[in-house]
Amino acid sequence: MSRAALVIARLTLREALRRRLLWALLGLTVLLVVATGWLFGRAAELTPFEGGERQLILSQLLVMIAFMFSFVLTMTGAFAAAPAIGPEIENGLLLAVLARPVRRSDVLLGRWIGLALVLVGYALAAGYLEVAVVALTTGYAPADPLVAPPYLAAEALVLLTLSLAFSTRIAPVASGSIAVVGFGLAWMGGIAGGVGDYLHNDSLRTAGTVAHLILPSDTLWRGAMFGLEPPPDVLAAAGSQARIFTVSPFFAGTPPPPLWLAWCLAWVVATLAIGAFLFRRREL
Amino acid sequence: MEPDLGELAIETRELRKQYGRIVALTGLTMTVRRGEVFGFLGPNGAGKTTAVKLLLGLSRPTSGRGQVLGAPLGGVATRQRIGYLPELFRYQGWMTAREVLALHCELARLPRPSWPAEVAEALELVGLADRSNDRVETFSKGMQQRLGLGVALLGKPELVVLDEPTSALDPVGRQDVRGIIGELRSRGVTVFLNSHLLTEVERVCDRVAIVDRGGVVAELAMTDLVAEGGIRIRVTGPVDAKVIAGRFGPTRQDGEWLVVASIADAQVPALVAELVAAGGAVHAVVPEHRTLEDRFLALLGAAPAQVAAPAQVAAPVGGSADPGTLP
Repeated sequence: MSRAALVIARLTLREALRRRLLWALLGLTVLLVVATGWLFGRAAELTPFEGGERQLILSQLLVMIAFMFSFVLTMTGAFAAAPAIGPEIENGLLLAVLARPVRRSDVLLGRWIGLALVLVGYALAAGYLEVAVVALTTGYAPADPLVAPPYLAAEALVLLTLSLAFSTRIAPVASGSIAVVGFGLAWMGGIAGGVGDYLHNDSLRTAGTVAHLILPSDTLWRGAMFGLEPPPDVLAAAGSQARIFTVSPFFAGTPPPPLWLAWCLAWVVATLAIGAFLFRRREL
Repeated sequence: MEPDLGELAIETRELRKQYGRIVALTGLTMTVRRGEVFGFLGPNGAGKTTAVKLLLGLSRPTSGRGQVLGAPLGGVATRQRIGYLPELFRYQGWMTAREVLALHCELARLPRPSWPAEVAEALELVGLADRSNDRVETFSKGMQQRLGLGVALLGKPELVVLDEPTSALDPVGRQDVRGIIGELRSRGVTVFLNSHLLTEVERVCDRVAIVDRGGVVAELAMTDLVAEGGIRIRVTGPVDAKVIAGRFGPTRQDGEWLVVASIADAQVPALVAELVAAGGAVHAVVPEHRTLEDRFLALLGAAPAQVAAPAQVAAPVGGSADPGTLP
């Protein structure tokens, strides 16, 4: 990695701190954690179920909170990245930078690293805090409490990458909107694939696979869901009553296969490369 | 005689730039020698800023070739030796002036121990030392342009490209910039000055290129402008001054003044001696140089070429608050 990319990454981080983006996110997180802590405490008190069923219900509540959190996180990534390149070309900020011995790909990569560090740092801090608060207020802990937040962070990185690549050529509003629509379509594609699996319907399965190939955010969301679910023995103990959860869009029976995770990584690298190509061809 | 390539800071041959159907540059051919202050003039839409972007490698030519500081156009490493103030100047508003300069020291790959001195020198030079710790977003446009000039001068570049460097400055600021350009010239730095302000260019440049419709229509030294002008002379007495002066160059009467065009500076004493020998009384001899604006308008076909005015009227020297601008 070039030195210039690291300089731009550091600049992006400093800007996030100086412009209080990070502090605003952390403030919102505290608010979110306090609110959900209270919600989970009440839910734990009020639920009539015990044992495995209680754990399943709490896990589903946690997954739904995580879904909302993943939406906030991915939109933060998408809308932080959307104005990262184009507007800075138009207002002249990048002219002075690019007249230095700096490649355009350095600027893109530096921007990506800086924004990714902010986003991942925030996702991990907020994610682990949430898991810890739920464990404290309800006693429920996922099978492996360390798994879900990195998946949520990676999901947001996918949308950040998409939005950053588009920001080299199109207006921020369009770039951010594409990311929002993409997020929704990928999620629905994932649900279609899940229904296809359940019903053994090849068309729906294919739709899910295609959605995951085009935008792999749902693959990672499924990893996050799996990471928030109870241990397999709890599910097994719940028996037929657990069956209803397996068809829920907020349930993942298995973690994403390694090949799909590799595809997520390849997708991010390829999208960044496409962004660099588009940026290189853009007239300043 | 063609200058040696090693003496050239910039050399372009038939550079063409096309944006879709729009041709911004039709074939730019010019040379800028090392150490000279070179003015780049032209009306709006002539392709000046496009040319600057090609020189800096910010844009790629559609065809043609060129070299900057001995390296082909577009070389990333060459940019380490170039300072640039964009026409559209903007710096990180959330940073202080000092931080912006330090950032550019780092981007320019200057050795870290040299940063404090470089930053302090730049701040002093552009008159921002007392605002160095203020955020750029609190600066006026003029102060931001001064900061941009400071950024362009970091690391003692061999070539400084200034794109409309005084567009946001007041007369004092413009005078300061002229002083800075003069200092750069004395240090042997090549300055490429893209400006609409013709009198400003006239005062600081050694040579100029005039561009129109995407190509250079003339490249000339400022001394040529003086030489082109000839003299105006006021003679009384029983002498046919017009006949005598006619042997030295084309003449025309302008009131009590006789204008002798295209007379070489060395021939002026001989003309005066002949007039006196013939019984004339020579009251005044005034060098008649054409202003850059005259030449510019003539080249662009906007005014008759022979329009000329006395030098002391048309080209005031000093801090004029009303510089000529392009139409």
